[in-house]
Amino acid sequence: MEPEIAVEGLSKRFGPVSAVDCLSFAVNRGEIFGLVGPDGAGKTTTMRMLAGVMSCDGGRMKVAGHDVAANAEAVKGSISYMPQRFGLYEDLTVDENIRFYADLFGVARTERRERGAMLLKAAGMTEFRDRLAGKLSGGMKQKLGLICALIHRPRVLLLDEPTTGVDPVSRREFWQVLYSLLAQGVTIIISTAYLDEAERCSRLALLHKGRLLLCDTPENLKKRMPGATVVVSSPQARDLRELLAGAEGVSTVILVGAGLHLVVDDADRRVPELKARIQSAGIAFDEITASEPAIEDLFVAYVQGR
Amino acid sequence: MFGRIFHMLLKEFLEVKRDKWERFRLLVPPLIQKVLFGYAATFEVYHVSTAVLDLDHSQESREMVSRFTGNGRFDVEALPSSSQAMRGLIDRSKITVGIRINPQFGELLRKGQTAPLQVIVDGTNSNTALLALDYVGQIAARFSSDYQRDYMNRIFPEYQVMLPSAKMEERPWYNPDLDSQWFFVPGLVGSIALMTIVNVTSFAIVREREIGTLEQIMVTPIRPIEFILGKTVPFFVLGLIEVALVAVAGALWFGVPFRGNPLVMLLGTSLFLISSLAVGLLISTTCRTQQQAFASGFFYLTPAFTLSGFAFPISSMPTVMQWITYLDPLRYYLVVLRGTFLKGTGLAILWPQMVAMAILGVAMFAVSVARFEKSLD
Repeated sequence: MEPEIAVEGLSKRFGPVSAVDCLSFAVNRGEIFGLVGPDGAGKTTTMRMLAGVMSCDGGRMKVAGHDVAANAEAVKGSISYMPQRFGLYEDLTVDENIRFYADLFGVARTERRERGAMLLKAAGMTEFRDRLAGKLSGGMKQKLGLICALIHRPRVLLLDEPTTGVDPVSRREFWQVLYSLLAQGVTIIISTAYLDEAERCSRLALLHKGRLLLCDTPENLKKRMPGATVVVSSPQARDLRELLAGAEGVSTVILVGAGLHLVVDDADRRVPELKARIQSAGIAFDEITASEPAIEDLFVAYVQGR
Repeated sequence: MFGRIFHMLLKEFLEVKRDKWERFRLLVPPLIQKVLFGYAATFEVYHVSTAVLDLDHSQESREMVSRFTGNGRFDVEALPSSSQAMRGLIDRSKITVGIRINPQFGELLRKGQTAPLQVIVDGTNSNTALLALDYVGQIAARFSSDYQRDYMNRIFPEYQVMLPSAKMEERPWYNPDLDSQWFFVPGLVGSIALMTIVNVTSFAIVREREIGTLEQIMVTPIRPIEFILGKTVPFFVLGLIEVALVAVAGALWFGVPFRGNPLVMLLGTSLFLISSLAVGLLISTTCRTQQQAFASGFFYLTPAFTLSGFAFPISSMPTVMQWITYLDPLRYYLVVLRGTFLKGTGLAILWPQMVAMAILGVAMFAVSVARFEKSLD
């Protein structure tokens, strides 16, 4: 089966900066493919090129059967692109926004009504259909954006950090809509800063400085993790980092919120050792436990290893 | 294609309808400008503050001074006692014109000789100074001819003296009272339309960029020309309404006659609006924020006013500047406006202006459309 999205050697430069550097990956129909990486990794640039709103400097992109680099306009009827902040007209109501985007995509009126009502219901927004978009909460705005993006039944959905700053309830409803789309055979590429979301993807691509570091399922990526992860929570995380960096058996120390993630060679052996060491140094800590590696740990371990 | 343009239009009108500020911006400032400019913009000079230093105190000098006080052009506000005092008044901008009558003014006249009348004028505002000097000259000339007649009659009482002279008979056509409001009010219609449409059009597209809807629209299958027409046609319609409003308000409020054919003005306005919309569109392709658009608007608007003949006569400009004025659509529109308002001229006379505006409008619009790409690069 031909992949729904095939990217080969995709490159984009902004002056001297290489935003996307010889990127290649393929996404099958019905897959949800995650792009993960820090700011400046090239996620948004990749999305924009796939959506046909930014030209590429090199490489090939095939999306939903269309060669995007050669003819950007042809693909636009089959895809939908949703940026971090979906462009809504705040002076128009929920219904009027849906109608506007449906009209731009040439969706017939009866189809628009049926599908609009169905999507509003799925997103839990039916009762807000006459409200001005400007009066919606951040989460509801993003859900309305998703509805507008889905009104024309796209084959491919490109989501660029769609749930950043969205409350947990709205995020859950947002994902319910995404799962139902996957069941219908829609292909999704999503970039996200949330680890729980990244781990829900069927496959992940780790991007760094425009290059693809790794591309695999979340489970396989975790298996690749050398050693084990130890989590220490402490109010003095910075002092703790000083103490533990370079300790025997510890390869990586990452500051995460109010604590540290350590990559160690053997968790069963190192946890008691590290605990004793912290206690003897007199640094306060709440807990030290071995844990599942998160995608972020893997990412940092990998970037530092290079 | 027409379906999409229609929905762009519908959306645009809905937004204007919902946005109180947008409606305010379209209606209130133009009318305020109209009234303010209509009253304030005038080249005429009245009530020039004047000081008189009469060192002669003769019957003749008093007669001369009385001619300044009686005509409304000059307000004699000070009677200084010395040249120094008069100088101080001018330095402190208390007075604009100082008239000094030397001793022996009356004596020289009575001897049949030429008596000097010294006029000092604050030349800071050269226009006011020139006009004031001109009025002083007229007063002095009339005083002289009256005095000459009396003088001759006194010397030769037995003759009915005939002094040959040429007299100007004024016949100002189209504006018999030479009212400067009649000149400015039609021009204001064009200036206000230009300013409002350039700003509103560029703001409308740049705002879509700011709120992210432009990026969203670019990922739909809409064609650039569909987007541009959807975005400009509403402002074309609003522009026509605006011109009608400002023109009617000007005619009724200031009593400026409209003698021509409204359809000729409609044609001229339509052609002019195309070029204004094109400028707004061009600005929107280069600006990322509404502030940038506002600042860029000035780059076009200021020279467009200056070179249009709105206030400064094109015939007085240096030749190179005059060539540049041919590129200014407002130049032609002002001719159409003043022609239809005051002269009642029709297409038989105004067609060259119409053709020029059509050529400029289409060319500017083509450049703007070419620059407007459906791309974020």
